[in-house]
Amino acid sequence: MATQNGSQDGHTITALVEDKPGVLNRITNMFRRRGYNIASLAVGPSEISGLSRMTFVVEGDPATVEQVAKNLNKLIDVIKVVDVSQDHSVRRELALIRVRSNVQNRSEIMQIVDIFRANIVDVAPDSLIVEVIGDEEKVDALIELLQSFSVQEVMRTGTVAMGRGMGPDRAPAPEGLRMRMESGL
Amino acid sequence: MRRNGGQIVCEALLREGVDVIFGLPGGAILPLYQILPEYPELRHILVRHEQGAAHAADGYARVTGRPGVAWATSGPGATNLVTGIATAQMDSVPMVIVTGQVGRAAIGSDAFQETDITGITLPITKHNYLVMHASEIARVIKEAFYIANSGRPGPVLVDIPKDVFTEEVEVEWPDKIDLPGYKPNLKGHSGMIRRAAQMINSARRPVILAGHGVIISRAYDELRELAETAQIPVVTTLLGIGCFPEDHVLSVGMPGMHGMAYASLAIEEADLLIALGMRFDDRITGDTSTFATRSKKIHVDVDPTEIGKNIPVDVPIVGDLKRVLIEMNKRVEPADRLEWLNEVEQLKRDHPSMLVRKTDKLIPQYVIKEISEATQGKATIVTGVGQHQMWAAQHYTFREPCSLVSSGGAGAMGYEVPGAMGAQVGSPGKVVWSIAGDGGFQMTMCELATMVENRIPVKIAIFNNGFLGMVRQWQELFYERSYVATGYSGNPDFVKLADAFGIFGARVTDKTQVRPAIMDAMKFDGPAIVDFVVEQEENVYPMIPSGMSVNEMIEEPQPQEALR
Repeated sequence: MATQNGSQDGHTITALVEDKPGVLNRITNMFRRRGYNIASLAVGPSEISGLSRMTFVVEGDPATVEQVAKNLNKLIDVIKVVDVSQDHSVRRELALIRVRSNVQNRSEIMQIVDIFRANIVDVAPDSLIVEVIGDEEKVDALIELLQSFSVQEVMRTGTVAMGRGMGPDRAPAPEGLRMRMESGL
Repeated sequence: MRRNGGQIVCEALLREGVDVIFGLPGGAILPLYQILPEYPELRHILVRHEQGAAHAADGYARVTGRPGVAWATSGPGATNLVTGIATAQMDSVPMVIVTGQVGRAAIGSDAFQETDITGITLPITKHNYLVMHASEIARVIKEAFYIANSGRPGPVLVDIPKDVFTEEVEVEWPDKIDLPGYKPNLKGHSGMIRRAAQMINSARRPVILAGHGVIISRAYDELRELAETAQIPVVTTLLGIGCFPEDHVLSVGMPGMHGMAYASLAIEEADLLIALGMRFDDRITGDTSTFATRSKKIHVDVDPTEIGKNIPVDVPIVGDLKRVLIEMNKRVEPADRLEWLNEVEQLKRDHPSMLVRKTDKLIPQYVIKEISEATQGKATIVTGVGQHQMWAAQHYTFREPCSLVSSGGAGAMGYEVPGAMGAQVGSPGKVVWSIAGDGGFQMTMCELATMVENRIPVKIAIFNNGFLGMVRQWQELFYERSYVATGYSGNPDFVKLADAFGIFGARVTDKTQVRPAIMDAMKFDGPAIVDFVVEQEENVYPMIPSGMSVNEMIEEPQPQEALR
């Protein structure tokens, strides 16, 4: 089994929040005021009307991430916070990548795009736009490969994450975490 | 029942049991003020500056346990509240603040006296609201009071545009609160409580570190039961002072930067630290890496974010202190712990840091002792921030909960006068002494007029050393006595000032005049000022310099003169 809650520098938390004016501001303000770093943030409507769901990728050691989750929970407009363990979740983001290309190298780019199961969604005489869906590592890897053709612009949505089946086969939480959960932390 | 927004605000406040409002009107909040005469049960106290309204509401809340209410208009009226709101947030004081806002159509246009006060107060309120329809007011005010005074209390601000006050709607009073994102965990985890009790029973050198939470939760009887049953010495934080009687044999005073040396040392020597409703502030811990390294730690707090924030904890318990202690006490076994208590007594003998130096000079510690004796420790003491605050914490013998009211976390100079005003309004029968610095007093002394107007008989002791004393002390100790911008050479004549306000005033320059002046001030029917012209370069000892450990404590230089 890998680390308790994913890697040290990219820890994923989701939050169910009220869809009201100013809520995003309250949340980002808390991050700013406490000095926490958001690596990425994605927001959209949830399955419940009037509520949105946010996915945060937070940088920091486990103690810091625990404080982030608790401080999120403390906000009145935040209804539920879930610490999404990397080993038990599906994580995806979408990226649009504009790459410089010409007739000579277009097919070479298309091959790379195919390997990544990405799509070319726009072609212009001197560039094309690649659309890719995957976890950050996959998106990073594709961008890295496309750099040799000169990447002109990158748009990423930020990661969204969802825990895998919450059934009985879900791995039990480690002792320390369970103790904290039991004590209401 | 048709009501306009202003009427709904007033009726909602009455439904929450509000009897007094501290405020100052202006254009945007005027429609609310103009209907106030319809509600004579709401007593409005007109302050001279909105900071005074916020601090007064805070002082009122600290002594009554009920949310204090402050009103101010938009723009500068609202921003003037900010220091007071931050103070309440840092010290977990329940407050509901209503501010007027420019009309809805003008919001965002930089209209006259428009300020984004919900934006400004976002990080210094527990929650805040901008109310865009009169139909929301009843619900919002109900939620505001519930949020302010449940869980870990704090200030809640409600910003209402001018035309919402005049908007007429059919009012519906909500009978319950629906806040799915706000469910304070009050009960405390029974397994953790059991584990904590076991640790207490097997500890040899336990220390209780009791904070403001004991007072907020009204858990003093339970604390006393725990301490007496298991014979555990009790150390209190600055804001915890009064939660355990200081003349009790198990009381070991206040630890930390300017706490009693023996209290800090007892924490160091402990094998179990039972932290109750406190947050391991840096003024308590100093260097966190060397703080109380020999002890296991139990931490009980209603706010989960406080647990593990500064100090790692062995047994975390999230819950209301009173409820947790009731459960814990059922499992704590009687013990005598004579050996440990003797050691603590020995620490007290070895570090008699709280004795007042015997001298003919007028020293501030002596004045505090005299006020303590003259009031038999039964007054409510409201302090500003700085040296006089620490001397009051050290030398006044507090016996009752809520008897020390002080700006702890925020450290807001200027709290002493309006804070005392609010405390006096909240406890009309009590003697309230404002322990003021000459610096802090001049920040908010305009509220003397409010006291005169509203017959609020606060007694003010100005510790007049002609300096921003604590800053001067740091300059003396850490900046080679280079007194940059700390001397107050142009202080007014405070006795004449008292005279100008038509209140009692006296100046004391000699030890022999101290007690008579205190008694005269208390005999006077109304506010009173005693200007104690004390030694200018007196320092607060002991002192653990900022960020250092208890080993680096500076104790009072051995006095040439004998100790009293």
